[in-house]
Amino acid sequence: MSTVAALTQADVQAVVATCAPGQHLLPVAGGTKPGLSSSSRDDVTRVDVSALRGILAYDPAELTLTARAGTPIAELQAALSEHGQYLPFDPPFAAAGATLGGVTAAGASGPGAWRYGGVRDFVLGVRLVDGAGRLIYAGGKVVKNAAGFDVPKLMVGSIGRLGIMLELSLKVFPRAPETVTLTCELGDTEAAAEAALALMRSPIHLDALDIAAGGRLLARVAGRSGEVEARAERLAGVLPGPPVRLRGDDERELWRQVWSSVTETDADTLVRATSSLPGAAGLVAALAATAEASVHYTLGATAAWIRWPRAAPIDRLDALLAQRGLAGMVLIGSPERPLIGHQGGGVFAERIARAIDPDSRFLEL
Amino acid sequence: MGERLLTGPAQLAVFASDGLTAFSERPLAVALPESTEEVAAIVRACHRAGVPFVPRGSGTSLSGGSVPVPGGVVIACNRLNRVLRVDPLTRTAVVQPGVINLAVSAAAAAHGLQYAPDPSSQSVCTIGGNVAFNSGGAHCLKHGMTSNHVLAIRAILPDGELVELGSAQGSAGPDWVGMFCGSEGLFGIAVEITLRLVPVPEAVCTALAGYDSLQAAGEAVARILREGLLPVAVEIMDAVAIEAAEASVKPGYPECAALLIVELEGEREAVQADRLVLESLLARSGASDVRITEDPAERALIWKGRKGAFSSVGWLAPDYIVQDGVVPRTKLGYALAEIDRMSAQAGIRIANVFHAGDGNLHPLILYDGAQAGATDRAHQLAGEILRLCIALGGSITGEHGVGLEKRDFLPLMFSEDDIAFMRRIRHAVDPDELSNRGKMLAMS
Ligand SMILES: Cc1cc2nc3c(=O)[nH]c(=O)nc-3n(C[C@H](O)[C@H](O)[C@H](O)COP(=O)(O)OP(=O)(O)OC[C@H]3O[C@@H](n4cnc5c(N)ncnc54)[C@H](O)[C@@H]3O)c2cc1C
Repeated sequence: MSTVAALTQADVQAVVATCAPGQHLLPVAGGTKPGLSSSSRDDVTRVDVSALRGILAYDPAELTLTARAGTPIAELQAALSEHGQYLPFDPPFAAAGATLGGVTAAGASGPGAWRYGGVRDFVLGVRLVDGAGRLIYAGGKVVKNAAGFDVPKLMVGSIGRLGIMLELSLKVFPRAPETVTLTCELGDTEAAAEAALALMRSPIHLDALDIAAGGRLLARVAGRSGEVEARAERLAGVLPGPPVRLRGDDERELWRQVWSSVTETDADTLVRATSSLPGAAGLVAALAATAEASVHYTLGATAAWIRWPRAAPIDRLDALLAQRGLAGMVLIGSPERPLIGHQGGGVFAERIARAIDPDSRFLEL
Repeated sequence: MGERLLTGPAQLAVFASDGLTAFSERPLAVALPESTEEVAAIVRACHRAGVPFVPRGSGTSLSGGSVPVPGGVVIACNRLNRVLRVDPLTRTAVVQPGVINLAVSAAAAAHGLQYAPDPSSQSVCTIGGNVAFNSGGAHCLKHGMTSNHVLAIRAILPDGELVELGSAQGSAGPDWVGMFCGSEGLFGIAVEITLRLVPVPEAVCTALAGYDSLQAAGEAVARILREGLLPVAVEIMDAVAIEAAEASVKPGYPECAALLIVELEGEREAVQADRLVLESLLARSGASDVRITEDPAERALIWKGRKGAFSSVGWLAPDYIVQDGVVPRTKLGYALAEIDRMSAQAGIRIANVFHAGDGNLHPLILYDGAQAGATDRAHQLAGEILRLCIALGGSITGEHGVGLEKRDFLPLMFSEDDIAFMRRIRHAVDPDELSNRGKMLAMS
């Protein structure tokens, strides 16, 4: 594997256009998810687009933003927070240097996405380079647009295999001024899932709902000062035991700690998988029976972040997920097969991938 | 298929047009399949014979999307109308494509859940049509469009092959579901759709504010967004639209040149807190008349007036075109003033009723098709409005799709390369352009 750095849009186009037969390209920017952005094959060249960065347009009154794909998420967050706004999909790996393009390509959203949706629900437009090196624009820059195929959405989860993104437009939201987090140790995933279900049945909209390994429940509410505490109180009443309430710095520190223990690993393979609340305890049990794995559930347990020992064969995790109809993406670990488990799409996927990249210049999905 | 294959001229005439009556075409036949297998068999037969087909729901498309194609078959999904499952634990529903939008919420109501996207046509349009057009509605400002609520799709591709996209649990890989949504029937027929449900809100509060100009109402919208409020709906109706609503539904709106409707929803505490902010904001916004209600019956009437606005306009003119364009929301005031000027210049009356919160304009261009040249002049004005939207950095359609109507406007937004890219994708999935030929992309 070698790496070329693209300094301009034209560089990216040229690299793709001149890619030799049998050779493949893989875009990389922040490199925070090496399972997606590295390769051990010598027919693969990485295209480093991290120099293509910067915010191109941000009008707080418009609640939309356009930035180059290599822009660090942290830079976007800083610009937004000056105006009380944020990226509601709450990208993980932001502190480690994740970029807008990388987060979109991984389709990875953080715990805060529970309230308003993930990356797919906020991406509006994309400029990309296709498999022939052409510059393509799709979507739009306004919050609503139904013209043409929704290629911006297709880029979400495309892991650099369906074009190299150069620029993305997003909608953003105002950030609620206050948050409160309740946590509860419930002993195991089953008990925590049951409590999570009770929370979901209550009329309280949660800002985040996670179940950490070992059955620790974390529920966050967001809103205005005064009313947010009242809602947290009502939530507490639904929980089986008295929760710990956290706010301000303590609250931020808790979430930072919990999520760095999920995403920071050198020793394990890190897989983001689809999951469901009713199946949460079953998946944990099945994983535990196979390897020393641990699972952090987020987004109301519709996403599982699985730490899988490097020594254990990934094929077993693959089979286990496939059996349950779940899909997984290897974010950290061996890059040979990033998509595991039950992957839909079938010939629809194959045909569209071929249309975008007829000469297989990008890595296969 | 027997009596479910319609070929009689009178039977076919019913399917000749959709909600945009300017286009009409007699189909070869109309098939009414009752199962996925039947859809697959019909599509395979079309594929073998090289006969184009048009998927159809309730035919309420406003862009000519479901108009038959010459020499083609219409595959009407109306009998595929079962809600297959509602799962309160995962907050999902699995439905067939012919299910009416409102029927999903009705099926979910027992669990305190609802289906959020609410096109004004929701009492008649189908989920299949909603998926194909990625339809929106008044409450999409906070909730998002149809595709934000679609988790999985089973589809019959244009060659009859069945594919499964996404899953009830979401996906970890390219968003094939997102790509299928909004594809205007060009990728075949959705036969089973898994939808996300949301809890019915505990509290809802609806505010009406009357202004003496559209511009003033538009500025109030900008203030609301600047304030950090996130209402579930922000709509505007102008005097002509109000007049039409009062002539038919009689919602008893304040008398004004521009009516702003703002709705907040959520938990009691959150709605109360936001209501205070909204009230003080509206009080300072130059509104002549502000009314706020939490009464469900009053709210229902307000929305009946708003959602019935398109059909109410029928009271004012024999014919009208519903335009659907988007401008950046900070340019709403300017866009409305321009449209007013264009309307005066052309001597054509326009009613404005639109999703102000996301800059999605719906100028209703009123005309009388019986007058010589009136239809052409109305369409010309509709086109000029789209050019205005693009000049301001917006879009030629926010939710009604490209269909037949806006095909020629696609190059306003996209380069030749961009359109060729879409065409390559279309051809990879459907080389013979059998599925909804000539919609969105002109036949090549
Ligand atoms: C009074 C009125 C108000 C409206 N208000 C709104 C609004 O607020 N927001 C909005 O977005 N739209 C609105 N519309 C437009 C229209 O109702 C929507 O586009 C709706 O989604 C169309 O649904 P339908 O079942 O009538 O589909 P049809 O018109 O029958 O078809 C629409 C498109 O979907 C395709 N299609 C249908 N079924 C399938 C399937 N199973 N698989 C694949 N493709 C399929 C068709 O080929 C066609 O291209 C309104 C229309 C009217 C008449």
